[in-house]
Amino acid sequence: MSAPVSIEGLTVAYGDQVSLHDVSLDVPAGTVLALVGESGSGKSTLAHAASRLLPPNARILGGTISVGGTDMAALTGHELRSARGSTVAYLPQDALAALNPVMRIGRQIAEVFTAANGRSDAAEMAVEMLRRVSIRDPGQVARKYPHQLSGGMRQRVMIAIALAHRPQLLIADEPTTALDVTVQAEVLELVAELQRDTGVTVIWITHDLSVVKEIADTVAVLYGGRVAEHCAADELFAAARHPYTLGLLGSFGGARTAAPKERFTAIPGSPPLRGGVPGCPFHPRCTRAEDRCRSEAPPLLGGVACHVVAREATGTGAGETGMTA
Amino acid sequence: MIIETRSLHKAYGKHTALRDVSIGVRPGTTLGIVGESGSGKSTVARLMAGLERPTSGEVLLDGVPLPKRGRALRAARRRLGFVFQDPYASLDPRFTLEQIVGEPLRAHGLWQDGGRDRVDELLRAVGMGGIDPRSRAGEFSGGQRQRLCVARAIATRPHLVICDEPTSALDVSVQAQILNLLLDLQESLGVSYVLISHDIDVVRRMSDDIVVMRSGEVRESGPCTEVLADPRDEYTRTLLDAMPGRRGQEIR
Repeated sequence: MSAPVSIEGLTVAYGDQVSLHDVSLDVPAGTVLALVGESGSGKSTLAHAASRLLPPNARILGGTISVGGTDMAALTGHELRSARGSTVAYLPQDALAALNPVMRIGRQIAEVFTAANGRSDAAEMAVEMLRRVSIRDPGQVARKYPHQLSGGMRQRVMIAIALAHRPQLLIADEPTTALDVTVQAEVLELVAELQRDTGVTVIWITHDLSVVKEIADTVAVLYGGRVAEHCAADELFAAARHPYTLGLLGSFGGARTAAPKERFTAIPGSPPLRGGVPGCPFHPRCTRAEDRCRSEAPPLLGGVACHVVAREATGTGAGETGMTA
Repeated sequence: MIIETRSLHKAYGKHTALRDVSIGVRPGTTLGIVGESGSGKSTVARLMAGLERPTSGEVLLDGVPLPKRGRALRAARRRLGFVFQDPYASLDPRFTLEQIVGEPLRAHGLWQDGGRDRVDELLRAVGMGGIDPRSRAGEFSGGQRQRLCVARAIATRPHLVICDEPTSALDVSVQAQILNLLLDLQESLGVSYVLISHDIDVVRRMSDDIVVMRSGEVRESGPCTEVLADPRDEYTRTLLDAMPGRRGQEIR
């Protein structure tokens, strides 16, 4: 089931508002990519585009989303219907909203099997899936309704449904954000374990860098609809380069070692609303911004999209900034 | 103690939300309350602010029992500020900045006494000094709205501000600004805080004392540095251990 995922030049717009600009990302087969971003970053747009669950007012203007050789962006009709779920499965943040409140848990999972191939043993398969997501007494839970389960249990049910399709790519859209920390820890552990067992490739969306540390092999930081930084997870924590990433790490990074009442390193301003900023989307909040940053969006070079970092790396124009080195 | 609870008990029907909660806030300090959903941390906050009444037990504000109702309660509330989690839900987007920040002044009959100047002063204090007080709340970002909520909370010069998850609804890159604002105001005004949060790392840095709650009970309390360095309660350890990014690390 392991499949490499390659997103190339993906551009998505809502009406005439472009919310994802020319995004390219690679996820090696069987690994976990964490997609980090805050509101307006385009992280949910990317998740919905890759699982082909965009709302009707959104359009994919260009680019490809290759999952094990299938271009999700190009599929239509019957092919698209069968690829949803089986090629790419989507795990939502709000399990309670995603589950049918008046249908028993077992039947909601069994639907996956009956819809796919009309299996007569779908009910037993559903119970087996509940067992695989470490639900104790799966036979009994299968007979319950969503409201009778805790938040953590409901999210386990959603994971069971997503994995019942035996997908090549699992897109997890902040599935632990609404959960308590102790439950979140259990769910993260479960997904990591299932990922190892099944070899499914995972894109995990989050706004929380500490979650990245837990589960990701690689990471992509989105800001204002563009990739700011894309690298190995270890590398991000050891040697992040983009000023935005550094700002995020700096705000809360030293939380455990800081003195009481020591001020946090804040990034001024707020994230941009969808679209609208010419040049680098981070320039209005960036302390290192130069003229070029205000007019020209930086390309992603060597895993980082920043004019200043690129110039320093190649050493051109060193006369200007050589003093600070 | 600025505020103190004594054997606070709260039941909703058959469900007991709080059981024998006795905690206090020392003047000029911050008390952090941590716990998961259903721990009762928000219920404690609401009882402290007199927004709800305890089933038994009492709340002492400046050593005097918080009045249960009426004019006396309203007068006592002047000495309390409240910052809620969601600045989108707790501000009317059609209100002007002056209406929002001036509302507590009007409610407590303080408007005649230089209310307009006080609004300007408050907006400056929360870093929104250059902005026209006639602009409407709906025009501002989440971070700016939360600044307005803080300005409103300190308008009547309260001794205590209760902050219930003040940054949970904000973007990560904006949270630090609001936390710094709270720290700055404590330094300049000497205000005390009750800070409710599920984020132990934030509480660690912001608080002098900490209370760990679970299922309506206090599991552990004491000076923040001591409790977090050497947690004695099993649940505190579980909670620390579950914080993402640190699992598997030894708690020291």
